[in-house]
Amino acid sequence: MSAVTTPIMRTRAFLTVFLKEVKENLRDRRTLTSAFLTGPLLGPIMLVMLLNITLNREFDKAEKPLPVPVIGADYAPNLIGALKANGIVPTAPIANPEVAVRKQDADVVLRIAPDYASAWRKGEPVQVELIYDSSQRDANTAVERVSQLVESYARQQGAMRLVARGLSPGTAWPVAAARRDQATAQARGALMFSILPYFFVLTIFMGGMYLAIDLTAGERERQSLEPLFANPVPRWKILAGKLAAICTFSAASLLISLAAFGVVGRFIPTEKLGMELDLGLHFSSHVLLLMVPLIVLLAALQSMVAAFAKSYREAQTYLSLLMFVPVIPSILLSTMPIKSQDWMYAVPLLGQHLGIMQLLRGDGIGTQQLGLCLAGSLVAAALGVLVTAHLYQSERLAISG
Amino acid sequence: MIEVRDLHKAFGKVKAVDGVSFTARDGEITGLLGPNGAGKTTTLRMLYTLMKPDRGQVVVDGVDAAEDALAVRRQLGVLPDARGLYKRLTARENIDYFARLHGLPEDVLARRREALVHALEMEDIADRRTEGFSQGQRVKTAIARALIHDPRNVILDEPTNGLDVMATRALRQFMQKLKAEGRCVLFSSHIMQEVAALCDRIVVIANGRVVADESPAALREQTGESNLEDAFVKIIGSEEGLAA
Repeated sequence: MSAVTTPIMRTRAFLTVFLKEVKENLRDRRTLTSAFLTGPLLGPIMLVMLLNITLNREFDKAEKPLPVPVIGADYAPNLIGALKANGIVPTAPIANPEVAVRKQDADVVLRIAPDYASAWRKGEPVQVELIYDSSQRDANTAVERVSQLVESYARQQGAMRLVARGLSPGTAWPVAAARRDQATAQARGALMFSILPYFFVLTIFMGGMYLAIDLTAGERERQSLEPLFANPVPRWKILAGKLAAICTFSAASLLISLAAFGVVGRFIPTEKLGMELDLGLHFSSHVLLLMVPLIVLLAALQSMVAAFAKSYREAQTYLSLLMFVPVIPSILLSTMPIKSQDWMYAVPLLGQHLGIMQLLRGDGIGTQQLGLCLAGSLVAAALGVLVTAHLYQSERLAISG
Repeated sequence: MIEVRDLHKAFGKVKAVDGVSFTARDGEITGLLGPNGAGKTTTLRMLYTLMKPDRGQVVVDGVDAAEDALAVRRQLGVLPDARGLYKRLTARENIDYFARLHGLPEDVLARRREALVHALEMEDIADRRTEGFSQGQRVKTAIARALIHDPRNVILDEPTNGLDVMATRALRQFMQKLKAEGRCVLFSSHIMQEVAALCDRIVVIANGRVVADESPAALREQTGESNLEDAFVKIIGSEEGLAA
């Protein structure tokens, strides 16, 4: 009997484990929510909300009338007039401007000294004070705007004085810096979207997480691993089927996320910022390609970590810590202006980050870089799978309690 | 037939199994009796190749477990101490999963499964998800999936643990049926009545060693006690960890 069934078994064990894990997890609401709803949609939704808040705030500040408390407005009626003409609304002076800006009662307070008028008449330089708190990021646009208006008023008045004395205004400004920004519209967008690669990694992570926990720690906690290992199937085949199930869920998660980003990308008002953002089919297909080895690597890492845990809860704790590892390259690259070099593409996670940024900038990704990225991550994935497989051979793994 | 020769297994300094040998024959029920912690579960785990013995040999139907663990597992139906089911699958799906892991063709699978569902009287629960099953329903499902490949040898680790009187009775009858079919049935227990009522042969284990390997009648004769309970206590040398 057993001689007859042997050849059939060899071809089916992997598929049997895979199909069972997929079927069982499709029946679990928590896994489904994490893999197909919160995981993949969190990124796009957060991105849209963040962008809209930032964009609206910037534009509001630039276009809307800006109320600014002015102390001593009477001393400089002309300056106030110039400010008013440019959308600043002078409001009543306040008693303690230093405290007011710190408490965010006002973004910026303008203080004009009482000797303003007399110094002005004598042609001496006068000072107006801008009181603000630079640690309140929200206030920076307002400060910038008032300060620029004051300066341009000063330049204008200076030029008029020079003309009145028969001099060319140019003598006072012998050198002028002219800015020529070479960033393409897409590259400007990329800077803002440097968080995107992390969202993709996170999505893969969330998609496979509950499966990874369930397939090792969960199975042991439920005491079903021992009977499973009593079947005439080598453990590596069981592991392979489980890894495949994890990969399927995280890949599905990534696909949903890419589709959502594709849809959301159309609604981001990037043209307002002079940016361009292409999250279309070309982008998503390349991201998918870059991420394939990472899907396997993360599945192996998650199973490995979960296999160390004694219980479902413990595994959950470990994995939520592991979730922070992929954020490291994103943070490193956004805080340290590292010039990307080819070898970096071979480092898993870092390579994917650089590749996706390259795609976002609209530069496209070179064949060599793509090759390095895929090869590096594939080697890491293979190593991860081997270590996990080795771990699976351990006697202790199956014993519950 | 299951032959065990001089098995040793230590966890650190603790010698869980320290030289166990016995033979469980076809068409017989062999009982592994011993107090809690005597090394019964560890011995059985080495039989179904979940653990490797430090020393000694396990031979099932002539196949050495050290040489071909998969072949040995194919000859065995195992109800381990851990009998977890997949709670999001129905009882039938749980059984099918193990059947497919054994490589049974679908038609054979369906026939055997239905025969077992009938024999274990679990028609009413077969299509329910196993979440919320009673202990008895769980054991039935676990036994069905352990026997789905029609094994010659059946290993049951404390099969009646946690079962009520009716379920225990039914299970004992089922074990008699397995014996009548000519199978080799090996089960462990710390309950004397059970072993006495069922077994053709009793292997008594204490502190990782075999202290007796006899038929119930011979056991009584050997100890000079007419009562099996007194016989056990005399052999083990203590009443600790045994239940009547």
